[in-house]
Amino acid sequence: MYAALRNRFYTWLFRWRGPETGAIVLVQRRVFILPTRQGLVFALVLLVMLAGSINYSLGLGFVLTFLLGALGVNGMIHTFRNIANLRITGGRARPVFAGDTALFTIHLENRGNTERYAIGLAHGGGPASFVDVAARSAMPATAAVRATRRGVLRPGRLTLFTRYPLGLYYAWAYVDLDLRCIVYPRPAPPGPPIPPAAASPGAGAERGQGQEDFSGMRQYHRGDSPRHIAWKAAARDQGLLTKQFTGHAETELWLDWALLPPQMGVEERLSLLARWVLDAHAAGLTYGLRLPGATLELAAGEAHRDRCLETLAVFGND
Amino acid sequence: MTDAKQPIAWRHVRWLLVALALVAAPHGAQMPVWTIALMVMLIAWRAYVGYARLTLPNRWLLLLIAVAATIGVFLSYRTIFGRDAGVALLVVMLGLKLLETRTWRDAMLMSFLGYFLVITNFLYSQTIGTGLYMLACTVFITAAMVSLNHGAAEPPFRAQLRTAGVLLAQSVPLTLVLFLLFPRVPGPLWGLPRDAFAGVSGLSDTMTPGSLSSLVLSDAVAFRVRFESQIPRAKDLYWRGPLMWDFDGRTWSTQSFVYTAPGIEAEGDTVAYEVTLEPHNRRWLFALDLPAVAPPRSVVSTDYQLYSVQPVNNRLRYEMTSFLNARFGETEGRFALNRALQLPPRFNPRAQELGRALRQKHADEEGIIGEMLGMFRRNFVYTLEPPLLGEHSVDEFLFSTRSGFCEHYASSFAVVMRAAGIPTRIVTGYQGGEVNVLGNYLIVRQADAHAWTEVWLRNRGWVRVDPTFAVAPVRVDTGISAAVPRTDPLPLMVRAPYEFLRQARLTWDYMANAWNQWVLGYTPERQRSLLANVGMDDATWEKLTAILFVLAGIIVAMFTALALRQMTSRVRDPVKIAYQRFCDKLRRKGLSRAPAEGPVDYARRVERQRPELAPAVDAITRLYVALRYGAESGTAALIELQRRVRQFTA
Repeated sequence: MYAALRNRFYTWLFRWRGPETGAIVLVQRRVFILPTRQGLVFALVLLVMLAGSINYSLGLGFVLTFLLGALGVNGMIHTFRNIANLRITGGRARPVFAGDTALFTIHLENRGNTERYAIGLAHGGGPASFVDVAARSAMPATAAVRATRRGVLRPGRLTLFTRYPLGLYYAWAYVDLDLRCIVYPRPAPPGPPIPPAAASPGAGAERGQGQEDFSGMRQYHRGDSPRHIAWKAAARDQGLLTKQFTGHAETELWLDWALLPPQMGVEERLSLLARWVLDAHAAGLTYGLRLPGATLELAAGEAHRDRCLETLAVFGND
Repeated sequence: MTDAKQPIAWRHVRWLLVALALVAAPHGAQMPVWTIALMVMLIAWRAYVGYARLTLPNRWLLLLIAVAATIGVFLSYRTIFGRDAGVALLVVMLGLKLLETRTWRDAMLMSFLGYFLVITNFLYSQTIGTGLYMLACTVFITAAMVSLNHGAAEPPFRAQLRTAGVLLAQSVPLTLVLFLLFPRVPGPLWGLPRDAFAGVSGLSDTMTPGSLSSLVLSDAVAFRVRFESQIPRAKDLYWRGPLMWDFDGRTWSTQSFVYTAPGIEAEGDTVAYEVTLEPHNRRWLFALDLPAVAPPRSVVSTDYQLYSVQPVNNRLRYEMTSFLNARFGETEGRFALNRALQLPPRFNPRAQELGRALRQKHADEEGIIGEMLGMFRRNFVYTLEPPLLGEHSVDEFLFSTRSGFCEHYASSFAVVMRAAGIPTRIVTGYQGGEVNVLGNYLIVRQADAHAWTEVWLRNRGWVRVDPTFAVAPVRVDTGISAAVPRTDPLPLMVRAPYEFLRQARLTWDYMANAWNQWVLGYTPERQRSLLANVGMDDATWEKLTAILFVLAGIIVAMFTALALRQMTSRVRDPVKIAYQRFCDKLRRKGLSRAPAEGPVDYARRVERQRPELAPAVDAITRLYVALRYGAESGTAALIELQRRVRQFTA
């Protein structure tokens, strides 16, 4: 009852209203500020100093006490300013495997003429990461969220906060951006061998891909590893090319849901298939994936691997 | 908050150590040597632990040191309360707390205690110099706090100092409003420790040969006076202080006694002025001969001395009016006159003999006084370094050494006069003063301390006679520096042989006076009178608070509005900025990028012309292309690009 009431109150106060698309500007209504425990101690110290100044008639004591009092007030303005009017846009998050930590990148854009220091980004009660955003500049910040289950992970509300410059106040804002991260099924532990390749005409002729021997170049596709981009070629202004390497895979295979033992559960199957996808990719094989209701044709390469894993991630979640 | 318990880094420790050492340093002047040694050791210890990244010492060890230090303070001061002992204890405990400072929360607390330590310094000194030094300390402590809240980044030392300076500078308007309008209550709120006002100099309630001449060596300001109209002539500037009635052969003193106050017969010219008296821990107030009124919370005694109800422990400002040529005491009671004739019979026989001889020789008292002053004028020397005197101090002075300072003259004159049957008393106080044309006020220093006499004449009452005037008229006309021989030691402030030095010190005193009046002496009374000047006659604390809140609200609102102006500057891509800086560095070496030249072409051209730059140029260009056109978007790559550009030199 109390928790529900509090939740309603917070929802009203902080205007929680679900994910927002596009950019969020931290207008004043969105930024909240409260003194920290240190701020309260500071106020207490000031009170003692004031009493001492009165008692000993210390003219300079009054000056110092009032100066620090004014500093406290000024610190509030500065803390508020340090975070207010930031423009927040969502970034991409690289897919992770279940059980790993997803890193959500958001971009903090500072359109002001003063630098923003020590802006913290945290998710729930988790650890915070801090970034400085230079004046008229943008800076990515990352929030670490533990990905427990496969599927699409939405981090929900993130807290942007700062205590800069004096640590006497805590100013914060909730941002609920439309962020998502694909969480692949946790691959089964290495072990079960990849099922034998199904006979397929021309399989032996297909040139597999691997990482061992350089075999040529092709046009860059999104998803290609930056390590394989031919910078020298880029330097010759031939556009972005991806170096291709020959593996020793001469066969092709189908990773098929239906071929797994019937007593296996859904998650177990997905887990095992994910392992096989990884293994097949590592071995430089050409492979396809068959799931109930989805089939990915024979292919190879990182993009294909990612597509396979993504299919596994969202399986049954639609 | 999740990171209040985060350990602090060595750079934070460094800030704290420097700030606290700066604040604690002035206390070294009054702390026992062992506490200074302990502090140095503790600070060095913490610095070593922080620098070498060792673990902090065991709590029990620190507790042991704390107990030992408390006992040490008790043994040094015979108490652990009181001002000096309390401050020493506080400083030592802060040093120990440093060795316990591990987390962000501890460090913040240390900063607050640092601020508190600043204020304890004001118990000892509140001069402009102290104020400026402590302001610097405050900036340092604030910078330490800024550094503590900077997160992981480590901006340069000067940037943090600047941030702290800006924060404090922006706080000045609100500080001013608070200072002027915060309702002041007269202190003290609780009992002051007994040693709260130790070590102030000033006149004493006894006078022996040498007591004034040691005071004259001090150039400390006794009080400052602002006259409503013209400053009177130097020879009228006799600032009356404690009167001495009783002589024991060597020492003049006064026991308080009460008798019917004699009336004032003729008042003469009046002069109105305002005295700002430095604290001297005694009750008497100073006024020009002869006080006409008693300031608030003070009384006039029957011999026209001014007494404050409380000892003057703080700088005190009072309005005064004096009669310059008053005639008073014609109707002096017999009891008082009798007392003004007492002499210890066994001391100074020759002086008493001289007095009786003078009485035989002259029919009238003016003749006796005239001959005595004439004697001084002919044969005596005025000096700050008189020879030491023995048991019959007046006899030795009058008949053998014949050189002395004002107390010698006043004392011997009074003895001879009493022996001749003329009631005489000693007046101590100050004579003269220095006019500061800047601000047009008079500075009276301890060096202006003086002693003279008052004799009682029938039909004229008490008449001021200054025997020193007979010996050294310039003492009264020009001041002490002209009167004593050049070889006598005098404080520089009083001597000041060079005109520019004199000007400089007068300017300085003008500032010090303004400081005293407006910063240190901003009392509840001054606050009321200031508000009365702007048309608020009955400033109750409710009204003050209301005005304070309104003004403070306006200031805060203005600053907030300024700080939160809508910010619409175009945001530039940090990748582009870094690359632009790289191009600028090359341009300065004559390798500017052509308008339509792509980064890769540009890099190749540069590499051809300056092959030795090839690795760096290649790496930067590659990172730039990846960040700008490729798939790379991480913070790490951006920071790497920025780092390489920063380190790049063409």
